[in-house]
Amino acid sequence: MTIWQLVIKEILRRKANFVSGLIAVTVSVGVLAGSMTILRLHDLRTEQIVTQKEQETRQRMAVLEDDYRKIMKNLGFNLLILPKDQKLSDFYADEVVSAFMPDSYATRLAAAKIVTIRHLLPSLEEKVKWPEKKRTIVLIGTRGEVPSLFRDAREPILVAVPKDHAVIGSELAESLGLKQGDRITLFGRKFTVSQCNEERGSKDDISIWIDLAQAQEILAKPGQINAILALKCICEGNELALVRRDVAAVLPGVQVIEEGTKVLTRAEARDRAAKEAGEAVAAEVHNRWQLRDEQEEFSAILVPLVLLMSGLWIGLVFYANVRERRSEIGILRALGARSWTILRLFLTKALLMGVIGALAGYALGVLAGIIREQEATLSLLELRVFLLASCTAIILSLAASWLPAYYAAQQDPAEVLREE
Amino acid sequence: MVLLERVVKTYPKADNLRVTALAPIDLTVGPGEFLALQGPSGSGKTTCLLIAGGLLRPDSGKVLIDGQDLYRMTRNELATFRARTIGFVFQQYHLIPYLTVLENILAPEAAQAKGNNQRRGRELAEQFGLAHRLEHTPGELSAGEKQRTALARALLFEPKVILADEITGNLDDENAQIVLGYLREYVRAGGSVLLVTHDREIAGQADRVHHLAQGKESEVAQ
Repeated sequence: MTIWQLVIKEILRRKANFVSGLIAVTVSVGVLAGSMTILRLHDLRTEQIVTQKEQETRQRMAVLEDDYRKIMKNLGFNLLILPKDQKLSDFYADEVVSAFMPDSYATRLAAAKIVTIRHLLPSLEEKVKWPEKKRTIVLIGTRGEVPSLFRDAREPILVAVPKDHAVIGSELAESLGLKQGDRITLFGRKFTVSQCNEERGSKDDISIWIDLAQAQEILAKPGQINAILALKCICEGNELALVRRDVAAVLPGVQVIEEGTKVLTRAEARDRAAKEAGEAVAAEVHNRWQLRDEQEEFSAILVPLVLLMSGLWIGLVFYANVRERRSEIGILRALGARSWTILRLFLTKALLMGVIGALAGYALGVLAGIIREQEATLSLLELRVFLLASCTAIILSLAASWLPAYYAAQQDPAEVLREE
Repeated sequence: MVLLERVVKTYPKADNLRVTALAPIDLTVGPGEFLALQGPSGSGKTTCLLIAGGLLRPDSGKVLIDGQDLYRMTRNELATFRARTIGFVFQQYHLIPYLTVLENILAPEAAQAKGNNQRRGRELAEQFGLAHRLEHTPGELSAGEKQRTALARALLFEPKVILADEITGNLDDENAQIVLGYLREYVRAGGSVLLVTHDREIAGQADRVHHLAQGKESEVAQ
């Protein structure tokens, strides 16, 4: 006959006493495990939501990318056709073209049956010193759009600068106090300011646009241009090679580049969309964390309260058990049981109550969490939570039963035996 | 074997007064001796028995069993000594209700948290005519069977002394004689018995009788 056998026999004899204590342990562990499971489920769901949102964002970005392509296709690309010997590194560094090509190229291109190219704008530009004002300017000669011979007439998207007229960049207009209708002298010729542009934040702000023929005369480049701007080309970004091949077939002496601003605009739009999507995900995560904090605060009040109530109840259950077993304790003492043996008798029972309560409470808590959140996953079975629940259950039942057990151990056997 | 020297015990009463439960008493029970302590209710018989068993500290006096002064021992030493040297039997049996007869006989094992005395337990059960009741609980036993179970339990560790408190009080004559027969057998084997009883006839079966009258003793030689 061992203490364990004695304990188990006693439990089987007084089931109601043990079960009522066990319920208290189970409930408290259940509340603890349930709270932690709900929080865990919340975290898992947050992860799922974030993953899902990120996936949605990626999908939306893909759609957006496609939309941009379509928009760009409808709007067309802006292409710049430059002389073949123009060093692109110089062009990207200075934004000014230094090589030249015949202005007949524009006419040849317009006469060619290239369906992807529309709205051709030949120009001649050069960075020069404006002798009358002693300012560095970019003088641009333009003749307006060269009409296509094989396409229906479309409204030109840029109107040519009339002869003896000039369009002034914003910085020049502002610093020189120029306005529409003013007369200026450029390289000894008189021009009327037909327009002052808004600020563009580029070399355009120090540029002056005049008629192409007049520019060719001023710059001493008769019949020469150095760029053809092709606006609203009907092609997608990834078809640039096709355009280049078509242009090269007609004009072998040129090179075709996509005008940078459009590319940047598209990238910027994409970045903004991505940023907004990221902010939406972050806001969602923030809301989820706020909700989690509220749940955690609630648990922080509920769990200790339930533990306290359960502890009191277990204490009462054990006290009743001690009272009921006075005679048994008395005879065990008479038979030679030490105080520690009596203490063990009750603490072993409390330990059993704690272990069974931990298992039952943990299972119940996880189940309750799953039912509440309507979601089950194996990752909910966390060793950490299980160990915490087990320790809590065992400590709770041992602590709550300690005083009654101590009272039993200190009981005077003579008093009990004399009473009987 | 059992020696009580000038043992006095009082209990507290109201208004800081004390009531004398046991006036100075000298008592000796030798090895192989059966001593009956007889007296009316309230004469201090049970108090004397509990003091002799190391369960109740006297106000003064000495209690020696097997030469050991019980109340000079620590609580744990006394518990161990009690388990090895003294067997208790009570009128109310004090059997553990949820244990079987065999388990009750083996209960001192649990109290001592040691040993495997299954064989000894079965032998005792057989010796006390309980072999057919091994798996029965106290609730299923007759009064005589209960007292025999209690006696078998007291003898598990072969103590040198049996302290018996009114053990025939709930038994009919036949069962009382059976139980007393076992005690005499134990005494013949060299054990010492101190039997507390109010029953003159039962006391008459002992080797010697001590009479207690409100804490005062008088001895009658048999």
